[in-house]
Amino acid sequence: METIAEQQAAPKLTAKDFASNQEVKWCPGCGDYSILKQVQTVFPDFGVPKEDIVFISGIGCAARFTYYMDTYGLHSIHGRAAAIASGVKALNPHLSVWMVSGDGDAFSIGGNHFIHLMRKNFNINYMVFNNEIYGLTKGQYSPTSGKGKIAKSTPYGSVEEPFNPSELALGARSSFVARSLDRDPKHMQAVLKRANDHKGTSFVEIYQNCPVFNDGTFFAFSEKETKQEQSIYIEHGKPLIFGNGGNKGIKLDGTKPVIVNLEDGASANDLWIHDEHDKTKAHIIASFFDTAYDGVDFPRPFGVIYSEDRATYEESMQNQIDELIARKGKPSLDKILSGDKTWTIL
Amino acid sequence: MESIIENKQGHATLIDADSVVIRFSGDSGDGMQLTGTQFTDTAAFLGNDLSTFPEFPAEIRAPIGTTAGVSGFQVHFGSKEIFTPGDEYDVLVAMNSAALKVDLARLKKGGIVIVNTAGFDKKNLSLAGYADGANPLEDGTLTNYIVHKIDITKFTKECLVGSGLGMKEIERSKNMFVLGLLFWMFDESMDHTISFINEKFAKKPDIAEANIKTLKAGWNFGDHTEIFTTRYHVAPAQLPKGTYRNISGNQATAIGLVAASELSGLPLFLGSYPITPASDVLHELSKYKTSGVKTFQAEDEIAAICAALGASYAGGLGVTTTSGPGMALKTEAIGLATILEIPLIIIDIQRGGPSTGLPTKTEQSDLMQAMYGRHGEGPLPVIAASTPANCFDTILEAARIAVEHMTPVICLTDGYIANGTEPWKFPSKDQLKPIKVTFATEPNGPNGTYLPYKRDEKLSRPWAKPGTPGLMHRIGGLEKQNETGNVSYDAKNHEVMTKLRAEKIQKIADYIPLAKPDSGKETGKLVVLGWGSTNGAIKTAVREAIAEGYDVAHVHLHHINPFPKNLGELLSGYDNILIPEMNCGQLLQLIRAKYLFPAVGFSKVQGLPFTTIELKNKILEILKSN
Repeated sequence: METIAEQQAAPKLTAKDFASNQEVKWCPGCGDYSILKQVQTVFPDFGVPKEDIVFISGIGCAARFTYYMDTYGLHSIHGRAAAIASGVKALNPHLSVWMVSGDGDAFSIGGNHFIHLMRKNFNINYMVFNNEIYGLTKGQYSPTSGKGKIAKSTPYGSVEEPFNPSELALGARSSFVARSLDRDPKHMQAVLKRANDHKGTSFVEIYQNCPVFNDGTFFAFSEKETKQEQSIYIEHGKPLIFGNGGNKGIKLDGTKPVIVNLEDGASANDLWIHDEHDKTKAHIIASFFDTAYDGVDFPRPFGVIYSEDRATYEESMQNQIDELIARKGKPSLDKILSGDKTWTIL
Repeated sequence: MESIIENKQGHATLIDADSVVIRFSGDSGDGMQLTGTQFTDTAAFLGNDLSTFPEFPAEIRAPIGTTAGVSGFQVHFGSKEIFTPGDEYDVLVAMNSAALKVDLARLKKGGIVIVNTAGFDKKNLSLAGYADGANPLEDGTLTNYIVHKIDITKFTKECLVGSGLGMKEIERSKNMFVLGLLFWMFDESMDHTISFINEKFAKKPDIAEANIKTLKAGWNFGDHTEIFTTRYHVAPAQLPKGTYRNISGNQATAIGLVAASELSGLPLFLGSYPITPASDVLHELSKYKTSGVKTFQAEDEIAAICAALGASYAGGLGVTTTSGPGMALKTEAIGLATILEIPLIIIDIQRGGPSTGLPTKTEQSDLMQAMYGRHGEGPLPVIAASTPANCFDTILEAARIAVEHMTPVICLTDGYIANGTEPWKFPSKDQLKPIKVTFATEPNGPNGTYLPYKRDEKLSRPWAKPGTPGLMHRIGGLEKQNETGNVSYDAKNHEVMTKLRAEKIQKIADYIPLAKPDSGKETGKLVVLGWGSTNGAIKTAVREAIAEGYDVAHVHLHHINPFPKNLGELLSGYDNILIPEMNCGQLLQLIRAKYLFPAVGFSKVQGLPFTTIELKNKILEILKSN
C-alpha cells in the first residue's frame, strides 16, 4: 500500500542537482562549458528521475562530459559509444540514454556505428560536439575540417572533403536531425528539449568552439557582425527568413532554392515554409553547407532540419518478443533442455 | 569393426559389430550433411553411443564436381562408449569422383566403398582432376576394398518417373536412396527419417512422397538385388540410464546461455556478427525469443561486443560470440570490460588462423590470444569446452564466474566440437545450480555515498545497475581511484589497481574444482595433459594404452586461467608430461612458463582433429624411450 508521503511528487530538481562532484577540466573558454550548462539547465524540465538517466560517451574532450553529470555514466572507448548505448537501451528501454561525442569520435573512428545507429533508430539522444578539430590529441584535422585546413598533421593543408554531418545523418535514415551552437544557449536548450521529446535517435550537432586549436571556426555563425547574414534559424511551419532585420528569404523554384530580398519587392508569402517532416526538402536545407546554388552561398541552417515518427528499435524488438510469447507461450527450461527429440535408456 | 557372424534370415549375413565409422561424401549440393544427420539421429534413437564430424568447404557452392566442393559427414556409432568420430572409416559413400579422391585415403584397408557411378563419367573425372583416361573404378585403385558400384542417379530417376517433379528435384533426392540403402545395411529403421520428411515437407506432399519413395527404393535395392552379401547390426550401447538427446557444441552453447539466463535471473542479450563457425549460435539463440532472449546482429564485431557490454552495464547477461579474427577486433572492448570489471561472456569458437585462415576447419588457435590478447595488464578467466555437450556446462561455468566475480570471461570452443554432435544425457532444471547475482541497492560508502570499486572477499566489486536510486556513479576506461572509481592518474594507485585486478582473477582458483586424472593414476610415468576438443582422442588413446598395461594418465583442463590450484603439484607426480594440441604448443608454453616443467608438446595444425592412433603412437614412443 502506498503511503501518502510516497504519493507526493518528488521536489523538482534543479540544474545543480545534475552536477557531479568532479572538477570540470576543459580548457578555459571551451565551448563545452556552455553545453554542459545548457544540459544541466534543461534536464530538470524533462522530469526524468536522475537514476533513470544514463550518459554514454566515447573518447575525446567532449566524452569527458559523462563524468560531470550526476547521473549514471559510462565513459567508454573511442568511437564505440553508439554501440554500447544500443545495448543499454535494448536491454532496458525504460532508461533515458544520452550520448556525447566529438566529430572524430562520431564521424571518423565511430563512423560505422554512427550510420547504423541512425537507421536502427534506438530512442537515444546523440549530441555531437563538432569543433572541426582533434582537441585531445592536440590539433590534427578532423573529418569535419574544411578542405585546405592547416593543422598539426596537415602543415600544407588538408586535401580531404569534409563530411556534412546533417547530410550524412539523413543519408543514413536518421529520424531526427538538428543543429545548434555553443554560443546560443536559448536555442540549444530548445533543440535539446525537442531531442528529448523525439522518439527515436535524435542527432543533435552542436557547433563548439575550441579556443586552443581551432578558435573562431564558427564565429561567422555566432558573432553579431556576420551571424544574421551567414546563418538561418529554421522552425517548423515558419518561412525561411534571415539577413539583417530579416530582410532576406529563401523560396523554392522547383527543387532549387533561391535567395530573395524582401526589401526589394519579394513577397513573404512566396517563401519556403519549413516542413521538418519533408525529407526531400530536409535534404535541400542540409545542403546549405558547402553547396552553392547558381554561384550563391546559402546561410548555415540551425534548428530541427528533419524529424520523422517511426518505430524505435527497442520497441520493435520487445514487441516481437511479446507477440511471440503471447502466441506460442514461454517454454519451460526443461522443455528447452530436452529439445524435440529424445530417447530413453532403461 | 570387430564381428561375430550370425546366420539370420534373408540373403545377406547379419554381422554384429561393436562400432562402425561411416563417411558420407559428396558434392556440396548432394545433401551429405542431411543424410549424415538423419543416419545419426536414427542410430541415437536406437541407443548407440556416437560422435559426428561434419566437414564442409568454406565456399557455399564451390564449382560442382571439384575437390574444392566436397562436403563430408562422418559418424562413429557403437555399442561401446564412443569419444571420437573415428580415425578411419569402415564405410565410405562417394557420390562423385572428387569425393572418392578426397576421402579414400582414410578408408580402412578392406573397408566398404559405395560409389555412385553417375559421378564417374568423363566430365566428373576430369573435374576431380583425374588424368585423361584414368578412372579409379577401373584402374585398380580400389583393389584393397569391397566395392559396390551403383548408378544411384539412374535408380533415383527411374524410381521417380511420373512423380511430376522436375529433373533437378529428382536428382536432389538421390541422397535418400543412399540413406535407405545404408539403413538396410546397418539394420536400422526408416521410421525416424520418414516422419522427418513428412514434417519437413508438410506443405509439399509431392516432394515428401518422392523422398520417401526414394528412401524405400534404396532399402529395397539392398534387400533384393543380392549385391550385398553382408549386413551389420550394432547393438545399443550400455550408456548410463536416462533420457538423451543428440546435441552439437553450438546448440549446447546456445541452450547453455538460455539456461544461464534463467538460473541467474538476468535477461540474456547476445551481440554478434556473423562469422564461421560461430554463426550457428546466433541462429540458434534467435529462435529463443519466447524465452525473452534479445539477439542483436550488430554492424561489426566491435559493435557486437560493445552492445553486449552495454547490456551488461544495464544489468543483463551480455554475451558475444565470434571466432579468431572477430576476437582480434573485439580486443579493445575486452580491455574496457576488464577495467570496468563488468560481467561479460566472450565465446571464441576457434578455427584455423591467422587471418581468414581456414574458416571451416578446426584449430586450437586462440589460447594465447585469449590469455594475452590485450593492451596493458589485463588477465581474464579463460575456460574451454572439451566435447559438444560439455559446451553447455562450460557456458554455465562462464556465467557463474562472470557474475559472481564481476569479470569478463573468455570461453573457448572450436569448429570440431561446435559442429560435431554426441548424445547428451541432459539435466533437468532442478539439477542445475542457481547462479547467484547480487545487485547493489544501498550506498556502501561514508555519508551515503556509493563506492563502485569497493571490493568483497572475492575482491569483486558491487554491480549497481542504472535505474537504481541513490547509486548514480560514473565509470569508464580511464584508470580509476581505488574504491571511489573516480578518474585517477596517480602513479601508485595505478599499480594498486593493476594488482587488485590480477589478484581478483587469480582468486577464482579458490572457487573452481581441483585437477584430477580423467583416466589413469595420480602419479606415474606419463601424463597426457589436454585442453578443449582434444579430449575424445586423448581419452581413447590413453584408455587403450592403459588397457594394454602402460603407465599413463590423462588430465584434461577446463579452467586455463586461473589453473586449478593443485595443477603444479599433480603434474609433478609424473615423470613425463605430454601436451598434444591442435596448434604449435600454446598450452605447452603456459605450463612451461608457470611451472618450469620440461613438458613435451605434440602438435597438429592441419585443420583436423587428432586421430587416436596418432596420439597412441606418440604415447608409446615416449614410454618406450624413457
